[in-house]
Amino acid sequence: MADDSQNFGHTRLVVGAHYGVIDFIAQRITAVIMAVYTLVLIVGILVMPSFSYENWKALFSFHVGALPLGQILANLFFFALAWHAWIGVRDIWMDYVKPAGVRLLLQVLTILWLVASVVYFAKILWSI
Amino acid sequence: MSDTAAKPRPQFRNIGIAQIAKYRLPLAGKLSILHRVSGALLFVCLPLVILPLFAASVASPESYAQIAEYAGNPLVKLVFLVLVWGYLHHFCAGIRYLILDLHIGVDKVSAQKSAGVVFGVSLALTLVFALKLFGVL
Repeated sequence: MADDSQNFGHTRLVVGAHYGVIDFIAQRITAVIMAVYTLVLIVGILVMPSFSYENWKALFSFHVGALPLGQILANLFFFALAWHAWIGVRDIWMDYVKPAGVRLLLQVLTILWLVASVVYFAKILWSI
Repeated sequence: MSDTAAKPRPQFRNIGIAQIAKYRLPLAGKLSILHRVSGALLFVCLPLVILPLFAASVASPESYAQIAEYAGNPLVKLVFLVLVWGYLHHFCAGIRYLILDLHIGVDKVSAQKSAGVVFGVSLALTLVFALKLFGVL
């Protein structure tokens, strides 16, 4: 690098596969998706005539025509959650766990934990 | 780049476990570590506590009613309260980070101020939930 003051933009020496940038962006986009869905749920709860089992269930199972929109939104939220949690928990392991073998094991367990959660959630959601 | 070898640079190590109690973090630092703690808590509790609760809440009117019965136990109330605090803290602190990522409020004074706002909002919302939970509201 000829000029240290220009260590960005097109003059920067670019290396790596950019997976860090992709994860950074994915973590934020999934966060926005979850935040929006959370606000939608809160509004849904606030406009309920009364907080009852039927109304609560309807938040996650309402249809628009034949489309199960309640389930689809909740399922999209949960995919976003799992992806977001994967990045966050992997960051925790990378910060605090140095031995490669232990870290790999924890990362594999994290993936299993989250995939199992997605399956479990989908099962609950689609049997409403 | 020429004088890197000449003078020893100061080293900043990670905080050791033994130092945690006496290490004085600024408010934004406390918010940051609690963001991580609340995230980890929600991750661990997700399939163990949160999803079984969600399952019971939507499965049938009977299982829905049973949650209210369990929630009569103060210990269960405490679990609810901790999880709700975790979600609210992570939510509010997360929105602050999204705003910081847009390069808004990154200077020291505004960052401290916004950290205070996040604590204020998330704890106030947790308090509202607690008052509902314990039947005050």
